[in-house]
Amino acid sequence: MPQVHLSRLAGWGRTAASGARLLPVNDGNVAEAVRGAPQRGALARGLGRSYGDAAQNGGGLVLRLAGDAGAALLDIAKREVTVGAGVSIDDLLRVLVPQGFFVPVTPGTRFVTIGGAVASDIHGKNHHLEGSFGNHVRRISMLLADGSVAELSPTLRADLFWATIGGMGLTGVILDVTINVIPIETSKCIVDTTRAHDLDHVMTLMEEGDDRYRYAVAWIDLMATGRHLGRSILSRGEHATREQLGADNDGPPLEYSPSVLVSVPPIVPISALNRVSVKAFNAAWFRKAPLYRVGELQTIPQYFHPLDMVGGWNQAYGPRGFVQYQVLVPVGEENALRRVVERLATSGAASFVTVLKRFGAANPSPLSFPAPGWTLTLDVPAGTSGLAAMLHELDEVVLDAGGRHYMAKDSHTTADAIRRGYPRLAEWQAIRNSVDPEGVWQSDLGRRLGLIAAAH
Amino acid sequence: MQNSFGEPQTIVLLGGTSDIGLAIVRELESAALRHVVLAVRNPEGAEAQAAAAGLRSPKVEVSVMAFDAVLSDTHSAFVDSVVAAVGDLDVVVMAFGVLGEQSAFDADPASAARAVTVNYTGAVSAGLAVAARLRKQGHGRLVVLSSVAGERVRSSNFVYGSSKAGLDGFAQGLGDSLEGTGAKVLVVRPGFVHSAMTAGMSAAPFSTTPDKVAEATVKALKSGARTVWTPGILRVVFSVLRHLPGALFRRLPLG
Repeated sequence: MPQVHLSRLAGWGRTAASGARLLPVNDGNVAEAVRGAPQRGALARGLGRSYGDAAQNGGGLVLRLAGDAGAALLDIAKREVTVGAGVSIDDLLRVLVPQGFFVPVTPGTRFVTIGGAVASDIHGKNHHLEGSFGNHVRRISMLLADGSVAELSPTLRADLFWATIGGMGLTGVILDVTINVIPIETSKCIVDTTRAHDLDHVMTLMEEGDDRYRYAVAWIDLMATGRHLGRSILSRGEHATREQLGADNDGPPLEYSPSVLVSVPPIVPISALNRVSVKAFNAAWFRKAPLYRVGELQTIPQYFHPLDMVGGWNQAYGPRGFVQYQVLVPVGEENALRRVVERLATSGAASFVTVLKRFGAANPSPLSFPAPGWTLTLDVPAGTSGLAAMLHELDEVVLDAGGRHYMAKDSHTTADAIRRGYPRLAEWQAIRNSVDPEGVWQSDLGRRLGLIAAAH
Repeated sequence: MQNSFGEPQTIVLLGGTSDIGLAIVRELESAALRHVVLAVRNPEGAEAQAAAAGLRSPKVEVSVMAFDAVLSDTHSAFVDSVVAAVGDLDVVVMAFGVLGEQSAFDADPASAARAVTVNYTGAVSAGLAVAARLRKQGHGRLVVLSSVAGERVRSSNFVYGSSKAGLDGFAQGLGDSLEGTGAKVLVVRPGFVHSAMTAGMSAAPFSTTPDKVAEATVKALKSGARTVWTPGILRVVFSVLRHLPGALFRRLPLG
């Protein structure tokens, strides 16, 4: 049998890796590479920041599309930028911010590609007002399974356009994308911080006040129990104007120079994040936050991408890796959210970063994750005893409430859970099958969660 | 595809009525599990049907498929038919084998060769057929039930012991050959296990049960280990026994 060199690929959580042929490609040769894909199919992979197996294709071909942010076309009059799918938000911001523009949606890390942002229909702190990434995509150019390149937009092949938004890369290889950009006067954010003493308090504050802010998110101390259950730090902000920058800021208002301050060594023999260290960190972090503070100036990396300051922070979880659990609980099902938070807090699962966010309206994509309601996100070491059974149990609470899992984060749930959480799955599958009848586009996630008919 | 907790969706048990094998399947049961394939010589047999009934649930489909360890020519086609039925193989447990009695082997050399054919030759062809599939899919785990009997072969069961010694070496080499492919092999070395295979025999020191072997096996699978001794103390015991001079080893009351 011919020996093909394989790369072991995992997601950001470093669990359940698989071996695949990893091939760097560009716009010019990607079609040819796909023609040579083995029976196990092909998949584009960005920067590998999805947590589970979304960007893996065991036994198949995995394509890493080159991206050059310098080639991005910014149309100031139309307030849009056309950019290669392999370009990262990090690189794009370095081009946009000095010219007075910002991406319409950024997740908690800037190390994601534009292609990945479309495929996962990522969301950020502004979802409650401005929706997810897909809401701001004007055009997609995509390589189809038959080797042709399709132009997609909300008016051009709209069904395939929306099936590609949140389609987990299983409709084609996204080549380039035109997105809205938003004007900013400065590279600073102006942030208001409020401490909330429990879960009900923070949810009330968010319901009443989020809509006055473009960006809003709460950090929950998931190690707190009893009357402190769900105590949180609510942080809300907006891009600062020049006026708000004040006289004491003498640097260029649009200066942008993000950096990685420290890195976690690549080999940590055991998880450095355990119940004791996380509990201590959470408590200290909560007390450090002001009860109420308005008008604090923060840089873009400080406000949007704090974890990016620690390079390779996923390594701190040790060889077993970690699981990120992110679910949606719809509006009106707050009791289910309360049950989930309570169960997690009393279990003592060491969640280092737990975030609560209020979502706004959904977009037309059949597999988009956000919908009106609440999304809770936590990180837990994968080796935590009893964790698997507890998450399967919480899945039932979430699904019974009409909620769902965020596939870009998922690494544990079942095909059954996805079928229940995404009632439009069959509609998406029909669109995919119409453009990929042979099943060229394959992924470990697609097989595990039953999104696609697996090619053996 | 197994999930981030190492919970498989599909399990194939080669030697589908093995007490230890079935205990491992039960230990691997989770909300993620969808298919179990029990590979047995006689799919219609009462024992296989009872084992399947014990595992079946509304969410878990159990198939009983015909497999004969001594028919090496059929092993690749067998693996293909399993894949056609259930898709990717997440965990394959190789649990078939015969213990036999040394005195019977002494009296009937041909029967000894037949036992070795099951324990070693059959495992080689089945193991290679499974490994080819795991390599192709870029993930999956092969669990090989070896035995401490192969670690230092004793006169009281040297036919069995030597077949396990061969199997153990084969399985380790197979695991090394899969390095970097995403697929892995776990070699399990139990001591004396109280099971149908050993019924009526007097237990050796540090004996164990199928459930305990299963627990240790699944723990090792999840931690990504390549070998596991069960009970764990046997690793120490056998590292001593392995290096004992023959003159001393032969005098030990090892049964």
